[in-house]
Amino acid sequence: MGKYHGNATTVLKPKTTQEVSDIVKWCHEKRIGIVPQGGNTGLVGGSVPVQDEVIISLANMSQVRSFDPISGILIADAGCILQSLTDYIAPHHHVMPIDLGAKGSCQIGGNVATNAGGLRLLRYGSLHGSVLGLEVVLPDGTILDQLTSLRKDNTGYDLKQLFIGAEGTLGIITGVSILTPPSPQASNNVIFALPHFDNVLPLYQSVKRQLSEILSAFEFIDRTAYDLAVKHGQGRALSDEDVEGAQCFVLVETSGGRREHDEEKLTTLLETLLEADKPLINTGVLAQSPAQFSSLWALREGVTEAVSKEGKAYKYDISVPLSTFKECVDVTREHLRSKGLMREDAVKHVVGYGHVGDGNLHLNVVADTYSSEIQDALEPFIYELVASHRGSVSAEHGIGAMKTHALHYSKSAVSITWMKKIKELFDPRGIMNPGKVLE
Amino acid sequence: MHPSAARLLNILIPVKRAVDYAVKIRVNPQQTGVDLNVKHSMNPFDEIAVEEAIRIRERLKETVKSIKAVTIGPPKSIDTLRTALAMGADSAIHVEIPESAPSPEPLGVAKTLRAIIERQKEAGGVDLVILGKQAIDDDSGQTGQMLAGLLGWGQATYASKVDIDAEGKIATVLREIDGGSEELKCRLPLVITTDLRLNEPRYASLPNIMKAKKKPVEKLKAEDLGVDLTPILETVKVAEPPKRIGGGKVESVDELVTKLKEAGFTAV
Repeated sequence: MGKYHGNATTVLKPKTTQEVSDIVKWCHEKRIGIVPQGGNTGLVGGSVPVQDEVIISLANMSQVRSFDPISGILIADAGCILQSLTDYIAPHHHVMPIDLGAKGSCQIGGNVATNAGGLRLLRYGSLHGSVLGLEVVLPDGTILDQLTSLRKDNTGYDLKQLFIGAEGTLGIITGVSILTPPSPQASNNVIFALPHFDNVLPLYQSVKRQLSEILSAFEFIDRTAYDLAVKHGQGRALSDEDVEGAQCFVLVETSGGRREHDEEKLTTLLETLLEADKPLINTGVLAQSPAQFSSLWALREGVTEAVSKEGKAYKYDISVPLSTFKECVDVTREHLRSKGLMREDAVKHVVGYGHVGDGNLHLNVVADTYSSEIQDALEPFIYELVASHRGSVSAEHGIGAMKTHALHYSKSAVSITWMKKIKELFDPRGIMNPGKVLE
Repeated sequence: MHPSAARLLNILIPVKRAVDYAVKIRVNPQQTGVDLNVKHSMNPFDEIAVEEAIRIRERLKETVKSIKAVTIGPPKSIDTLRTALAMGADSAIHVEIPESAPSPEPLGVAKTLRAIIERQKEAGGVDLVILGKQAIDDDSGQTGQMLAGLLGWGQATYASKVDIDAEGKIATVLREIDGGSEELKCRLPLVITTDLRLNEPRYASLPNIMKAKKKPVEKLKAEDLGVDLTPILETVKVAEPPKRIGGGKVESVDELVTKLKEAGFTAV
């Protein structure tokens, strides 16, 4: 994003867990700060050194260690790229339980370290559930081998959970054991054009009820985000007639075992939606081919890229009650307008999109340049807004270096104290990814 | 004022259900063809043909009396017709062949289409046939030309722009040719085959998908039309190209030169 610049002089690219351990042991002795780095696709600067720490890149640890096609359990080095793992298990009819826009460069170790959410969370749950075991190099160089592949294991504290989402502050994940679900045999998607945001929730309700187990994504894109995606060539646009009068869009994906069964359910849903006395939707399009399926997804996934192409983005990834999605976007826009910042050479757009299914809103402010004036107008304004809804200031992007100061908006003083105690316990010398998560 | 009946246009759009272009194809173990147990959709060039027919109607309004889609294929090909209907065709004909039957060849397809066109005579005939320049599964690229030949009609292939003068029954078609384009003026009836740049097909909207379910689809068999779809060509063997062997790094120029010499390359 061009927002974080590290001053590291050294990048080490170990090939084995033992090498990682040796490096960490040395750094521990010499009290040298370490930044573990995966695909470097994080959005909150978690993998960027704050000073002159040594970067340990996991890129050369990219071997699949084992895959059991019966249980679907995959054990892989932390540096495996998410897409390559997806390709690896595809012939065995399995699919990775996570999927995100950065799949072509992000690494599984980084995904686990940041507890990445993404597009399949609604269906397959968070990594706290699908990760079965981890291999971690602790801040003193010790290798913690918890690389088991047990579905059930209630023997004492579940230490691996601490590393999921710790953003590399408690140790370096070097191996991951993850449960992969069988790949769906049939997928469909449809984009709905909605006249008002108020219809999103009732729509979510009827879609959930009617599609039940085949619903695999329910994504929200507001009109500004849609227009930006189209402007920057992300996916083929709907016809003017279809988008006319639409305030927002919803993308619904189904994944199931049998095409006919899924299509029947989807058709019934579409019929009830279109024939209702007070329709929740204006209209929509249903993908007729895999090519259209990807094109519709591109409209949603491409928003991130479109936002970066449009200008400099301030990205807020928040969890708030579903009913307040639009309010959060509107209130922020109004706030910026009242500060006189909504103008061509300052803030160009305030857009909202995200995972309705998970209560996760991506609130992006697209500006001409990064400026302290805009920054000050946004923060702590947005964090206070989130806190007022008892939401989370970071739903899936993590805290990294960017939001350490905002942690207290989502976590109580008691929680933060105990986090610090845990950090102190694992990393008394404070060498592991310093300056991240906790101040 | 309504135009006189003689000037109304009837458009026929032959479409083919083909393996979707996004699918990675694999040769089947018997080496008789590719694995067909994958996602199918409408041949993209035919999709362009459907779009063009609808755009012609959008431009000429009621002058276009009918847009009829036709497909020849196994029972599942009905999906392809439904897509054409959802995009905006009025009605469809499905010439059904058994699931296990071999894929029809261009000549068989062209003869079937001719029979359908002759059958349409009572319903006002067909003035314009628009179809893809080729199907992406067999890449034959012959059907349109054969059909024009069988019917004794004009043909405008690889179209990138189509203008219809319904009044004068004349079509002006821009064709993609090597190094540029060529403009043709053709009298109707006419066969047009579409190229990639002609248009960008629309998505089928939900209300239209629902309406498409109620549009009429006539089912026929090849025998009903008096045509024989038995292939006249025999596929001997289908094989994958040899796997590409990855390159290697060399340490020095000398090593490179040695390797090149080993591989039989010499200085000119």
